[in-house]
Amino acid sequence: MSAADIRTDAVRKGGFDPSAGARSRWLRPSLYNISLAMIVVIGFVAIAAPFVAPYDPLQQDILQRLKGPSTAHWLGTDWLGRDILSRIIYGLRSSLSISAGAVFVALLAGGILGLAAAYYKGWTDRIIMRLMDILFAFPVMLLAIGVIALLGPGRFPTGAAIAIVYTPIFARLLRAPALVVAASDYVLSARAIGASDLRIIAFHILPNLASVILVQVSLLLSTAILVEASLSFLGLGTQPPLPSLGMMLSEGRNFLFLAPWAAVFAGLAILIVAFALNLFGDALRDDLDPRLK
Amino acid sequence: MSPMQILKRLRGRLIDLCVIIVGVSVLVFGFIRMIPGDAVAIMLGANAEVTPDRLAALRSRLGLDLPVHEQYFAWLWKVLHGDFGVSIWTGRPVIDEIGAHVWPTLQLMLMAMFSAIVLAIPLGILMARMRGARGEPYVQAGSVVGLTVPPFWLGIVMILVFSAIMPKLQMLGYVPFSKDPLGNIQRMILPAFALSLPITANLARLLRSTLLEALQQDYIRTARAKGVSARRILYRHALRNAIISFVTSVGIQAGYLLGGAIVIEQVFAIPGLGRLILGAIAERNYPLLQATILLATAAFVLVNFVVDVIYTLIDPRISE
Repeated sequence: MSAADIRTDAVRKGGFDPSAGARSRWLRPSLYNISLAMIVVIGFVAIAAPFVAPYDPLQQDILQRLKGPSTAHWLGTDWLGRDILSRIIYGLRSSLSISAGAVFVALLAGGILGLAAAYYKGWTDRIIMRLMDILFAFPVMLLAIGVIALLGPGRFPTGAAIAIVYTPIFARLLRAPALVVAASDYVLSARAIGASDLRIIAFHILPNLASVILVQVSLLLSTAILVEASLSFLGLGTQPPLPSLGMMLSEGRNFLFLAPWAAVFAGLAILIVAFALNLFGDALRDDLDPRLK
Repeated sequence: MSPMQILKRLRGRLIDLCVIIVGVSVLVFGFIRMIPGDAVAIMLGANAEVTPDRLAALRSRLGLDLPVHEQYFAWLWKVLHGDFGVSIWTGRPVIDEIGAHVWPTLQLMLMAMFSAIVLAIPLGILMARMRGARGEPYVQAGSVVGLTVPPFWLGIVMILVFSAIMPKLQMLGYVPFSKDPLGNIQRMILPAFALSLPITANLARLLRSTLLEALQQDYIRTARAKGVSARRILYRHALRNAIISFVTSVGIQAGYLLGGAIVIEQVFAIPGLGRLILGAIAERNYPLLQATILLATAAFVLVNFVVDVIYTLIDPRISE
C-alpha cells in the first residue's frame, strides 16, 4: 500500500488526515474521545469515592428499605435501606481496584515471560510458551473458580484468579510483536555495542511495544471487570457487607419485583465501565493501525 | 499443499494436543494436593471426629501415602478407565453426578452458539457494508455494547420485562427435552439468548474485519474488473474466504460459553454444571470439582483440536 493509498483510506474512514490540523481532531466527538472522557470520569469517581458518594455504603436505614429513586436517594435503597448510588460508587472502586491490580500483575508476569521467550528463543521460548498454552487451555471461569476453591472466596483470591488467567494471554500477546522487534536492526546494533540483555529488553524492545500494551490493557481490563462481576455474582468474590457490583446484582435479584432498581442499576454500572474500557481499546487499536479498519 | 505436508502438520498438532492434555492433567491432579491445610482432615472434618486412625485410613484409601509420581500415575490410570473417584458426601461416582448435570448446560451452550452464528453472519455482512457510512461509529459502539453486556444482568432484565408483558411465560427452572419439548425450549430460550449476545457481537465484528480484509485482495479486483456484480463479489468471493477464520473462532468461544453458562444458570435456576460446581465449592467436595474441571477442559481442548484439523483440511492455503 502506498503512502497516498493509506492517506485516502484514512480520510475515507473519517480517521486522521495530517493536513486537517491537530486541533479539530482533538475536539471532534470521536469514539476515542468519548470513551476516554468516560474513563476519566469513572476513574475520578472511583478514586474520590469517599468524597463523591452521598452516603456511607454500609449505613443501614431499615425504615427506608427498598425505596425507589428519590431526591434523597437518587438510585433508591436496597433491602437493608442502604443507598444504592453510594454502594455502586464504592462497588466501582472495588471492582476497578481488583481488576486493575490483577491485570497489572498479569501484565508484569506475562510480559516478563513473553519478552524472555521472544528474546532468548530456543528452549526458553519453547518451555515458557508450552506452559502458557497449558494454562490457556482452561476455560477462563473454570480456572478462576479452581483458584478460588483453593484460596477461599474473597477479594484477594478473585484478583489472584484473574491474574493467573490473564498471564498466558499477555505472554502470548507480547511475544509475537516482541519477536519482530527483537529481529530488528537497532536491536542488533544495540547488541553490537555491548548493551546487556536487560538493557536491550527494557530500553529498546519494551518502548516499541507500548502501544500494543496500552490497547491490550484496556481491552483486558474491560473483560476483567466482567469476570470479577461474574465471580462476585456467584458469591465467590467480595464478601458481604463490603459493596461489590456483582454481589449487588445477586442480592437485588431476591427483591427483583419489589425493587428492581437495585439489580438493574448495579448491572448498568458494570456495563458502562466495561463498555468505556473496551471502546477505548478498540478505538485506540484502529487509530494505531490504519490497516485494521 | 501435498498430503504429506498435511500429515506432517496434523502430527505436529497431535503432539501439541498431547503435551497440553498431559500438562492440564498434571495441574488438575496437583489441584487436590494444593489445598491449604490437610485436604484429608477437611474431608473428614464435617461428619466425623478427626482421629489419627481415621486420617490414616482415609489417606491410604485415597492413595495419599504413596510417592507423588506414583499417585499421579495411579490417578491417571483410573481416569483413563473412566473412574474419576467418588463424591465425598454422597459416595456416588462423581462421573454420575456430572452426567446428571451436564445436559442442561450443554443444551444452553449449543442453543447460544446456534443463535450467535445465525445472527452474527448477517450482522457481520451488514457491518462490513456500512464501512465508511455516516452511521458507522454508532454501529461500532453498538457492537461494543453487545460485547460487554453482562449476560447475567441481561437475563435479569429480560425476566423483569417478560414477566410484565407475557405473565404466562415459564422462564425459570428446567424440564428435560424428552419429557416436555415445548416447556424445555420455552425455559431455555431467554438464558440462551442472553448468553449468546457477547459471542454474537464478537463473531459479527470478526466477520466484518475479515470480510473487509478479503475485499482488499487481488482476486476481488480481478472479479470487479471482469464485471462481477458487487453482490456476487461480496457473497461468493469475499464471504467464502472470510468464513474460514469465522469457523475457527467459533471453537474458541466454547470456553467462554461454558463460563457464561455457569453464571446464567444461577439467574434462571437451571440445575446444570454451575449448580454442581458451586455446590462442590460450598461443600468442599474436591474430587467432584477436580473431575468437572478436568473433563470440561479436556472437552474444550478437543473441540479446538477438531476445529483446527477441519481448518487444515478445508483451507488449501495453509502451508506452514
